[in-house]
Amino acid sequence: MAIIEIADVTKVFPARTRGETPAAALDGVSLTVEKGEVFGIIGYSGAGKSTLVRLINALEQPTSGSVTVNDVEISSLRESQLRSVRLGIGMVFQQFNLFTSRTVWGNIEYPLKVAGVPKEQHQARISELLHFVGLVDQAHAYPDQLSGGQKQRVGIARALATSPAILLADEATSALDPETTREVLALLKRVNEEFGVTIVVITHEMEVIRSIAHRVAVMEKGRIVEHGDVFDIFSAPRAEATKRFVSTIVTSVPQGDALEALRARHPGRIVTFSFADGNTSQSAVFLTLGERRVGFELVYGGINEVQARTFGHLTLALTGADEAIDAALDDIRGVATVTEVD
Amino acid sequence: MDRLIELLPKFWMATGETLYIVGLAMLFGGIAGLVLGLGLYVTRKGSILENKWVFGTLNFVVNTFRPIPFIIFIAAVQPLARVVVGTGIGNNALTFGLALAATFAISRIVEQNLLTVQPGVIEAARSVGAGPLRIIGTILLPEALGPLILGYTFIFVAVTDMSAVAGLIGGGGLGNFAIQYGYRLFNPVVTWAAVILIIVLIQVVQLVGNRLARAVLRR
Repeated sequence: MAIIEIADVTKVFPARTRGETPAAALDGVSLTVEKGEVFGIIGYSGAGKSTLVRLINALEQPTSGSVTVNDVEISSLRESQLRSVRLGIGMVFQQFNLFTSRTVWGNIEYPLKVAGVPKEQHQARISELLHFVGLVDQAHAYPDQLSGGQKQRVGIARALATSPAILLADEATSALDPETTREVLALLKRVNEEFGVTIVVITHEMEVIRSIAHRVAVMEKGRIVEHGDVFDIFSAPRAEATKRFVSTIVTSVPQGDALEALRARHPGRIVTFSFADGNTSQSAVFLTLGERRVGFELVYGGINEVQARTFGHLTLALTGADEAIDAALDDIRGVATVTEVD
Repeated sequence: MDRLIELLPKFWMATGETLYIVGLAMLFGGIAGLVLGLGLYVTRKGSILENKWVFGTLNFVVNTFRPIPFIIFIAAVQPLARVVVGTGIGNNALTFGLALAATFAISRIVEQNLLTVQPGVIEAARSVGAGPLRIIGTILLPEALGPLILGYTFIFVAVTDMSAVAGLIGGGGLGNFAIQYGYRLFNPVVTWAAVILIIVLIQVVQLVGNRLARAVLRR
């Protein structure tokens, strides 16, 4: 069931100075987020992903198109009506955006006050959240006394205070070191699994997508250039932007310097075979090459794991008659994806 | 020195007048300046109640009146003082002019200090459903409180300075005392007594302001 539906949305920011052309941050974006999933949106800075996520809680209004959250078309609501919509959507930020004049406790209590939750219920809810994020001892500390990871955990607790059905994470781990990033991602995963909260994650790091997302959309210049299951995107990226992102953590395909070195050593034909889910097809590849009397040498490769499923790449330098190689590759196309490296 | 002892009752009265003028001017100018400064902040581009026309008007008004030299300003607002406080001369009229001048100065200080609040913090408050008025009262002012206290302390010193200038054109207070009984009667001891008291007054206010700001900022 779709919980968020964005249909053909554009967002144009007016020109900042006279003479400057207005900038289109979003250019015909459509996407659907299913209830209970972790949906990742990846893109370089300026791709429009922050604008996109802010449409969901109406911090930004689309120039055209519609945004539907929980079956309510929110792009037509008034500001006062939007406030109640926002109570059902939590948000965490890259720079945490904690209220520095309030303690950890006060930060988590703030949404409860805004939502009009009776004061006698605050204590129970806040200590429940403090336990969940593991900050019971810091309840009365001020944000500037906390580490980055602790701040983000407060941010998550604050975003969850009113038990929202949706959590928006805008580069939530981008200001954290790798170790703290893992902790915060594990926490977000628990939020999704234990509370069934639908999470939309914005990031420029493919590792974040691999760790927690079920589905992913790749954004470039205000458009979604590719989207699908995380496993499919990782194992068989199609768009150029997607390939660049995937190559940041999938290193089993030769690229750049590694590729040039290979070319220099192997003047013949070089072919990459891609396998997804299960390795049985690998033996078929080798068998076919043998039958067609094509010699081969393994020059590059590796197996990757995403969402407990594996996929791999084998790059072989082939020797033999061109016709034999062509025939062998034709046969192999049935069991593996064949990419001739040029 | 003997002359100063003789003048002591007048000296204390002048001190009282200075505190009265500066206190009232800070109270009314402080509140009006806060409102005006908030108005400038919330209506500016990209803020929570963005409104080009209101911002433009407020900005124009502040820019028009703030640069007028104080001694001319206080003379120029005399007719307005008659309407508002019922008299165009004396301490009450001067206090009115002083409060008005302080309002424009404070509005800029308030605006500047509010701009130091991280926009992301405001966005976080919006994201949990807080409306503009709630954001002003529960996020904006508390987040900017430390700098605001320092800003008001700064203005207090400036207003004390201006109150002494007002002594030249018919106001009471330590400025008038120093000119009338010290400068004009060639008695530097009397002048310096007033100077020292003003220095002490300002030191005390600055100390209190710094302490308060430090407590609020927790550093």
